[in-house]
Amino acid sequence: MTTKPVPQSVAGTATTVDTDALLGVCQRIRRHIVEMTHAAQSGHPGGSLSSTEIFAALYFGGVARHDPANPQWERRDRVILSKGHATPVVYATLAEAGYFSADLIPTFRSLGTELQGHVVRNKPSGVEMSGGALGMGLSFAVGIALGHQLNGLGNDEGQIFVVIGDGELNEGQNWEAIMSASHFGLHRITAILDRNHFQNDGPGDEIMRIDPVGDKWQAFGWGVQHVDGHDVEAVRDALLTARARTDAPQVVICETVKGRGVSFMAENPAGWHGKGPSDEQLAQALKEIEAGLQ
Amino acid sequence: MTTTAAPPPAATREAYGPALVKLAEAGCDIVALDADLSASTGGNKLAASFPERWFTVGAAEANMISIAAGLASTGKTVYAASFAVFMPGHCFDQIRVHIAQQRMNVKLVASHGGISVGEDGASAQAIEDLALMTSLPGMNVVVPCDAVEADAMIRSAAEDEEPWYIRLGRPKLPVVYTDGASFELGRADQLRDGSDVTLIACGLMVEPTLHAADALSEAGISARVLNMATLKPLDDEAIIRAAEQTGAIVCAEEHNVIGGLGSAVARTLALHRPTPMEQVGINDTFGQSGPWQSLLTKYGLTAESVVDTAKQAIERK
Repeated sequence: MTTKPVPQSVAGTATTVDTDALLGVCQRIRRHIVEMTHAAQSGHPGGSLSSTEIFAALYFGGVARHDPANPQWERRDRVILSKGHATPVVYATLAEAGYFSADLIPTFRSLGTELQGHVVRNKPSGVEMSGGALGMGLSFAVGIALGHQLNGLGNDEGQIFVVIGDGELNEGQNWEAIMSASHFGLHRITAILDRNHFQNDGPGDEIMRIDPVGDKWQAFGWGVQHVDGHDVEAVRDALLTARARTDAPQVVICETVKGRGVSFMAENPAGWHGKGPSDEQLAQALKEIEAGLQ
Repeated sequence: MTTTAAPPPAATREAYGPALVKLAEAGCDIVALDADLSASTGGNKLAASFPERWFTVGAAEANMISIAAGLASTGKTVYAASFAVFMPGHCFDQIRVHIAQQRMNVKLVASHGGISVGEDGASAQAIEDLALMTSLPGMNVVVPCDAVEADAMIRSAAEDEEPWYIRLGRPKLPVVYTDGASFELGRADQLRDGSDVTLIACGLMVEPTLHAADALSEAGISARVLNMATLKPLDDEAIIRAAEQTGAIVCAEEHNVIGGLGSAVARTLALHRPTPMEQVGINDTFGQSGPWQSLLTKYGLTAESVVDTAKQAIERK
């Protein structure tokens, strides 16, 4: 740890966080998401908007213990984006948390930028894992958790939060990892399911049904919580509960809306999986986000 | 290359477990992973001596590779072992994104490479693994010719922080390096000098290639023999020098002729020193069940094939 003042995110208690401040963070993250996908005229706004409260709770709700000034801190909590296409929400959050200047955000997806289309480890610092090929994040977390055990980290140190998409659960590797996390008793792992019900080709229930997803997870030996994924306080509380558990790996299933916060995206989620808004659409989106419409 | 008190034949895979134990005993912070094949890979030897340094993930290679990457991100030197048909076969994407793109300190140790797996047949015989692995930026790819060289490779990999693919084999082979191996990543080892043709081999084709050089010598043909144990990074200098000094090249490998040692050497020759070249390898076909020696004969992976192919290459000069 450095000698600089401990950031709020390291303090790690829910009571220190003001709800209005969290809502403000969500608003700023959403603004960055639509602005950067507009600037790039590509990217994945829908699945970024659905996980906005998840990232706000992790980084600003006192859940994940981390230090932007010392991103390689050995005992840090690690946040892993397994649904590696949702880079806009990651970059927006890391910029707000102080990992890099928000001035970089308009460079998203441009040649030479650190802000790659899909997550790349340590680009920028704070990104813990390369992704984009779905289904790998939980396995990576299993490896980290085993390493932390071998390195003698305390029960309360080095937690691993893995944000997963519901469409992503089609990938079989997830279930290999879910099985092995409970087999090895890796309580440091908390999976966070962004249950937005849409995947690339359309509604998840039509493409490949995953329900009863909570029962499945439970049958694999995990602790399961269900929460409204757009109630940032509820998400934060569920994550803090999961973080404190030391008996089994945990999953927080967040019921979300793809495109949340921008009406024309939320009403047509399949159409906003992977494209950027036009000038007019950006103006409308920003107006709605400023008004706090959800 | 001496013949005093030749050690007994040994499979290259037999070097793996003891090498891991030696690394752990030397204080190297290794962790080894297996995917339900630890008795065959030899990973169980580390499990017996250092149980806290070994994990099996069951028959789940994709999971194993991403776990290996996660472990490496906590500072460990990670070895992951399976059969070459399953790793990379079951987990190429995980190797590509999590090992190669992230440049993780993970050594992929693939046993049962090639058709010398024998009776298990085509699905168990990896003839394309070297093509897959050499195609990945930053991946170091090595194939030992005997258990002595395999031991040297496995242990020297721990001194490097880059990803490696180490291809081992199932059958017991005569020992080539009876006086100890001189393995160095990226360096061809000249086992025999010669002036008429250069025979470049890797893996289990090295030993028959030495016999081929003997047979050629009896026919008045002077053959250089290079053990090209590193397919990537390839020793371009040794290849170009061989082309300049001998004027004909033959590559011999237990792999598809597309995408393995021969393809890599052909690229170097075409770019730097176009030279008559021929290949001994598996001619773009899958294998089948049978005793491994019979399979090598059936698919032309013999000293006799190397001799005939060398003569063809020389005729093209």
